[in-house]
Amino acid sequence: MSTLTQRTGIIPEPIARQPWEMLIPLVLLTSFGGLVLYSAGGGAMEPFALSHFIRFAVFAVMTAIIASLPRDAVDLLTYPAYLVVLLLLLAVEIVGQVGGGSQRWLEFGPIRIQPSELMKPAVVLAMARFYSSLPSGMIGSWRSVLPSGMLIVLPIGLVLLQPDLGTSVAIAFGGVVVMFLAGLPLWWFLTAGGLGIAAMPLIYFFALHDYQRARVTTFLDPESDPLGAGYHIAQSKIAIGSGGIFGKGFNNGTQSHLDYLPEPHTDFVFATMAEEWGLMGGLFVLAMYALILKWGWKVAAEAQDRFSALLAAGATATIFFYIAINLLMVMGMAPAKGIPLPWMSHGGSSMMTNMICIGLLMMVNRWNRMAPRRGLAA
Amino acid sequence: MKIPFLQRGPGKPAKMINASLLRASFERRAVLIGAVQGGVGVLLALRLGYLSVAENEKYRLESESNRVNLTLIPPRRGWILDRDGAPLASNRADFRVDLIPERLVDADATIDRLGELLSLEPARIADIKDKVNTSRGFQPVEVASGLAYEDFAALSVRLPEFPGVVPQRGFSRLYPTASSVGHLIGYVGPASAEEYEKDPNPLLITPGYKIGKDGLEKQFEKELRGVPGARRVEVTAGGRIVRDLETREDVQGAPIKLTIDGPLQDYAARRIGLESGSVVVMDCRTGDLLCMASMPSFDPNSFSDGIGGVEYAMLRDDERVPLRNKVLKGLYPPGSTVKPMVSMALMQAGIDPEETVNCGGGLRVGNRVFGCWNRRGHGATNMAKAIYQSCDVYFYSMAQRIGMQPIADMARRCGMGQEFPLPVTSQFFGTVPDPAWKMKKWGREWQTFDTVNATIGQGYMLSSPLQLAVMASRLATGKHVMPRLTLDTRPQGFDKADFSTEQVSYVRKAMSDVVNGPGTAGRARLPIENTLMAGKTGTAQVVSLSISNGKSGPWKYRDHGLFIFFAPYDNPRYAGAVVIEHGGGSGAAYPIARDVMTFLFDPAKGLEALAALEAGWGGTAQQRLEARYAAYAAERGASVSRPPRRDEEILDRVDAEARRAATQTDAIAGEVIAPRPEANPSGTPPGAPAAPAASPSPAPASPAPPAETAR
Repeated sequence: MSTLTQRTGIIPEPIARQPWEMLIPLVLLTSFGGLVLYSAGGGAMEPFALSHFIRFAVFAVMTAIIASLPRDAVDLLTYPAYLVVLLLLLAVEIVGQVGGGSQRWLEFGPIRIQPSELMKPAVVLAMARFYSSLPSGMIGSWRSVLPSGMLIVLPIGLVLLQPDLGTSVAIAFGGVVVMFLAGLPLWWFLTAGGLGIAAMPLIYFFALHDYQRARVTTFLDPESDPLGAGYHIAQSKIAIGSGGIFGKGFNNGTQSHLDYLPEPHTDFVFATMAEEWGLMGGLFVLAMYALILKWGWKVAAEAQDRFSALLAAGATATIFFYIAINLLMVMGMAPAKGIPLPWMSHGGSSMMTNMICIGLLMMVNRWNRMAPRRGLAA
Repeated sequence: MKIPFLQRGPGKPAKMINASLLRASFERRAVLIGAVQGGVGVLLALRLGYLSVAENEKYRLESESNRVNLTLIPPRRGWILDRDGAPLASNRADFRVDLIPERLVDADATIDRLGELLSLEPARIADIKDKVNTSRGFQPVEVASGLAYEDFAALSVRLPEFPGVVPQRGFSRLYPTASSVGHLIGYVGPASAEEYEKDPNPLLITPGYKIGKDGLEKQFEKELRGVPGARRVEVTAGGRIVRDLETREDVQGAPIKLTIDGPLQDYAARRIGLESGSVVVMDCRTGDLLCMASMPSFDPNSFSDGIGGVEYAMLRDDERVPLRNKVLKGLYPPGSTVKPMVSMALMQAGIDPEETVNCGGGLRVGNRVFGCWNRRGHGATNMAKAIYQSCDVYFYSMAQRIGMQPIADMARRCGMGQEFPLPVTSQFFGTVPDPAWKMKKWGREWQTFDTVNATIGQGYMLSSPLQLAVMASRLATGKHVMPRLTLDTRPQGFDKADFSTEQVSYVRKAMSDVVNGPGTAGRARLPIENTLMAGKTGTAQVVSLSISNGKSGPWKYRDHGLFIFFAPYDNPRYAGAVVIEHGGGSGAAYPIARDVMTFLFDPAKGLEALAALEAGWGGTAQQRLEARYAAYAAERGASVSRPPRRDEEILDRVDAEARRAATQTDAIAGEVIAPRPEANPSGTPPGAPAAPAASPSPAPASPAPPAETAR
């Protein structure tokens, strides 16, 4: 990363030291997302594209602030931040109960916050903090898994109550990735995975809501209900498939413009894009994500200590989870669930989560640069 | 890492975990996760390529079929024209509303609100609800047609409130002469589920599209249908039309040109008046059917809008069977109208027409005595007198001499018991009895009295008005005239002579004398100079004398009145038959024949006569039908049972009833028939002495000449 600094001496150092290998793809991706939203909005900046750009700008500021946080402050704030988000989740549940009917957000004046989104980076932070403070020798004992397990299970339980299966799985994914990277014995994961697979039928029949069950059934057999739950995925595949190699052209997507594609600006924004930009647009988007994620892993690999490493890896994994599940879904390889595509979908909550993750990664990146890597025996 | 774990002694087993081990594990596992993520990335890229390249064709088609909505433009139905090109069935531009039951959210509420909006009658609303409940979901149900533009516009604006309701501009069938052509033309209606299964053409379930259900509409369905047009429009998922892409016009169905004379058909239908019966007129130089009127009838305009419960109940309860096409499916004992035909058989069997038979008012056959209608007898009677006086004894006597077979053969040659190559949905054959037939049908030997009954058109003999008209034209021309109904078929049978010229002119003269001479139908004379009509009266008994005298009492026991005719008698141009069911005798039939022929030769004079009659009847046939419907609906409207779900059921039921009705006279086929007094020239009702005696006892052998025939 420092290569850029060395090669181009004319660029001022504060600018040159920014992680451009991530920032450029990120800006390109966001701009492209805005273009797609412009089309999804019927060929206009309103109602989607403009707010998309504004949000990106606002959250970019937030990202910069996060990126500049000193290490001590982070150490100090991690657990309180986790606790606050957990309380917010509890508040959602209480407000929902009082107001009658479930909801997923809290309203503070004009701002509407979805605490379950905030919980994704919060869990990663807390887990990284926990494992970094756990004595190495305890890895493999019950004490290495029970407290961290609680850190995951509490928010998941609250989010499941909302009910929001997709976000619960995303929170669990981030937490489990940190656990895995923290060095917990491999056979634990294999056993848990095996048990999970064995429990699937039980979960399917006893734990899932009807609409969730419908999503799973539809995923396994999309033709079973072409006008009901399978309609979304079928229309999404039609949009992507009909785009061909070069797409139908900007603003020429019929699936999105004639309302066949549901949610063309949020969950199915990739289908909207692929219809108009074709395989080329899709590969471009995938390439941008690959660059961003690659940078994330690089930050994790260059991390100076256990906390930074786990934090960077967890943040990267969280971003990845969004991308993978959304794309698998729009291409008909995962059940439809409400997970938007980072930096392309219209929507503040996911933009916030992903920008927080980026902020955390930039923060770790800054720490990496400030303190030269310690030796193995440090 | 802040917490050192140096307290773990170096002597611990090598398995001891330390920070560098964890770091190594982290790096290994990070590579693993990174690899998995890369793998997912590759999988996504491959999947994307597969969808957009390999499956591109398929999805492009699906996207097109999403985007483009193909609407069929139902073809305009071909017109049905009369011989002069005037429409008997045409189309009128129309605003209409249909329902697609499977798209309705709350059927009853929607129909109620539609009824309110379009101000439909309660009976109509009940019919629609019933149809929506019983039809298959994809079959459109007509709500209303012929809407005013204001109603149509009001509904179109509120369409989002009415899912499943389809208002559209289209064409509906129009029958200008309404009930006059009901039986002949038939009507149209939406295809039934069975018809759609047989021919799964999307056109058949297009709202507002109708196919022929009966009569010529059904028979010529293929020709009349035409080719549907198509409109390709770009639509949103919600069904809103974004723009028209392409429109292909429909091709109207081919017109069908009939031999029917529209004004004559209408005139004849109206002239039947309050009676139940039929009039058939043919052009005997071509075989063209000029008129096939059957009354009372239904209004095909209203049937084409869907047969309403009240309407159906009214028609069904009517003992004059307005749903039966009596021209083709009414079977009647032909009575004395067979006598000219029997005369032909006699002449061909070698009987000299001048040979006389002394009619003493009756003839003993075996141990039974068969009376002549004229109990006082006709005295010395030759063939001509036997025809114009309708002397029964002459025919009893002569027929016994030649036997039944030659008479049966002649009846068939004249068209009785025959089916004609006409484009009609069905025609009844009737019966020409002979010994073989009786043995087969009833398992009994032919008896002499069977011959006697058959020679006066009673007993087992049954024929339809169409057959009688064909018989009239064959007798008039001596040619084997075949009837035809469409102008594109060739006249047939004119190369085949059935009778010699002398025989033909003999019978023509005798039949002219029926009307213009000392015959039984003096009142049938045409009020036109130099145009003489020839004819033969017939009165057919339908029940035993012990039940009714045939003139009064319950309508259904009265005698049928028949008349066959042609004109001008010496150079026949038109021939035909009039049959009035339970008219009480031939006196009910021949005045109609006279007026119909008058109309043919002098329309003004014919219309004048009709206008006077209709004033007394309470309007034209259509006006009376509408008035009756209004009265019936007011009286019984709320309590009618619903009509059969399928039009086919109605038609089958009507046919079955027609067959059953035709067996009415079987009961008396073996009895001695006491011939009814034929209508008399003076026009006064038959006098009491002439009325049939209460019992068929040996007739008084009075040789006195029949007083009523003097003129």
